Amino acid sequence: MFAYLVRRLFLMLVTLFGISVVIFFLLRIVPGNIVDILFAAAGYVDPADKVDLEKQLGIDQPLVVQYLHWIGGLLRGDLGYSYVSEKPALQEILPRIPITARLAGLALLFSASIGIPLGVISAVKQGSRIDYALRVLSLSGLSLPSFWLGLLVLTASVAMFGQMPIFNPNPQSFAEAFATYCIPAMVVGFRSSALTMRITRSSMLEVLRQDYIRTARAKGASDAAVNYHHALKNAILPVITVIGIEAAFLIGGLIVTETVFNIPGVARFLVEAIRWRDYPIVQNLVMFIAVVVVFANFTVDMLYAVFDPRIRYTD
Amino acid sequence: MADSSDLVLEVKNLKTVFFTNSGLFKAVDDLSFTVKRGETLAIVGESGCGKSVTALSLMRLVPDPPGRIVGGSVSLEATDLLALSEAEMRKVRGNRISMIFQEPMTSLNPVIRIGDQIVEAVRLHRNLSSKQARDIAVEMLRLVRIPEPARRAREYPHQLSGGMRQRAMIAMALACRPALLIADEPTTALDVTIQAQILALILDLQKELGTGLVLITHDLGVVAQTAQRVIVMYAGRKVEEASVEALFAAPKHPYTRGLMASIPAVPAPGVAAQERLNEIPGTVPSLVRLPAGCAFAPRCKLAIKRCEAEYPPLIDWGGGHLAACWRAADVAEVA
Repeated sequence: MFAYLVRRLFLMLVTLFGISVVIFFLLRIVPGNIVDILFAAAGYVDPADKVDLEKQLGIDQPLVVQYLHWIGGLLRGDLGYSYVSEKPALQEILPRIPITARLAGLALLFSASIGIPLGVISAVKQGSRIDYALRVLSLSGLSLPSFWLGLLVLTASVAMFGQMPIFNPNPQSFAEAFATYCIPAMVVGFRSSALTMRITRSSMLEVLRQDYIRTARAKGASDAAVNYHHALKNAILPVITVIGIEAAFLIGGLIVTETVFNIPGVARFLVEAIRWRDYPIVQNLVMFIAVVVVFANFTVDMLYAVFDPRIRYTD
Repeated sequence: MADSSDLVLEVKNLKTVFFTNSGLFKAVDDLSFTVKRGETLAIVGESGCGKSVTALSLMRLVPDPPGRIVGGSVSLEATDLLALSEAEMRKVRGNRISMIFQEPMTSLNPVIRIGDQIVEAVRLHRNLSSKQARDIAVEMLRLVRIPEPARRAREYPHQLSGGMRQRAMIAMALACRPALLIADEPTTALDVTIQAQILALILDLQKELGTGLVLITHDLGVVAQTAQRVIVMYAGRKVEEASVEALFAAPKHPYTRGLMASIPAVPAPGVAAQERLNEIPGTVPSLVRLPAGCAFAPRCKLAIKRCEAEYPPLIDWGGGHLAACWRAADVAEVA
């Protein structure tokens, strides 16, 4: 087990290194840098000033040098300075993380706590009206883009209450906390909950046909015990995989939703930073997201071993 | 006739049907039999003859839809199981009537410890603490001769061999000391050497606990070793019933006779082995379109006009030896 963990951690480092190279060079392929953007907005300027500024920011150096400079800083914990605000990148990124983390956590919680039970119900009542209703609902969840759903929610809120929920980083009441975090989380999580539901349903249908389910009934176990204790325990593995993958996709969903709801989280910040070619912010933020995704995958693999005794990570 | 207080199970005119796209088929048709305390009744027949559906009907575990029990009665210790509510039936399952299945490899839940699966069976029916239930579970594992039962109880099914798993299944089925145990092909999936052990174990425990046993099998060798009475089923119906001795001595139904003839014989020393095994020509008819007369008639060497037109009644040939065949009297001579 220990050797397995060491190997896994090593592989994670290799993955992250690969990601850092990809991010860095992809960002450089995007035409224009911050200097171009600033000067284009200012009208006529002296080309010498432009060269000066590029030198000052260090983007005149060869790419390999720039890359080594960034990675070297990263390893020392120095993320550089934002080109736009000229504040340390760490100071810009850190305070935004809890906001996005809360949204993402709530969205995942929402998708699992809604998707799994509904998936079980849908499988157990296969072919019934409730099954059809749930399947239509989940289909709508998969086909509604979250930004559109977000706009609908905002429009509905204006139509019904005459106002839109405004983001408040320190909500005072439950209602405010709900409007600040839960509504956007549900908007983002709706899609994942629909996906979770469908996977849970098909996985449950597969498991409910197994011999050990009949054995459980033959013991005299109740329907609830059969469905949740005997069946779901076996059906949960593919669901965990999907939730793990969704955790990564969630960031993408949040970029749009944070923009729609005007939430100052990392996702929206990332979009702005890309627009300004604010390299230190974009590189470090994407790196951070990559670390989260890699760890999410690792957690999923570890959860397999928890839920399925047949899986043991040995050397 | 047996003393009625001695009867554990009395099945009368049981009828289980399946509603399928190609029509309604009668998986079990008008089946009646009884099992006494401590007695072993074997139900024999080839695949698709309704043996397993009979077993599931007794447990009321026929998947519905598509299946449904549409008639008859199943009295366990004088209670009609078919009249119970589902909640009442749950109190009977695993408690007064238990079942062992064919596939030990897939019949235990792979993600729950063996001990916990037995504990669950115990606690569903006995008001015991988890400590007490655990002690019973370990005791049951010891009873089915699993070495180191306390350690095995903490293991998962994949850590046990097929024979061990079937022992664990037996332990689970008998944990509440049921009045009736149904064993649906309990040894079919096991190695021959393990088969004998498992059968011996089931019979020992049956004797020890006084359980009635319904043994479902297609293996006449198993029947001869274990049962006191035999029912032969064909296309959902009972075609013959007799004591083991009477059945093997003089089968009255051509189908039974065919089953026996198809057992390969070990040749005597110096005699060449039979080159071709005996078989019953043809296959079991589709249960959706059963002939009006005897379902076996199309495959039967003795069939006459009457066999195709009229279903033969079950006739007692003496000593409780029942057979449903128009030509029963001639079976012995022909074969």
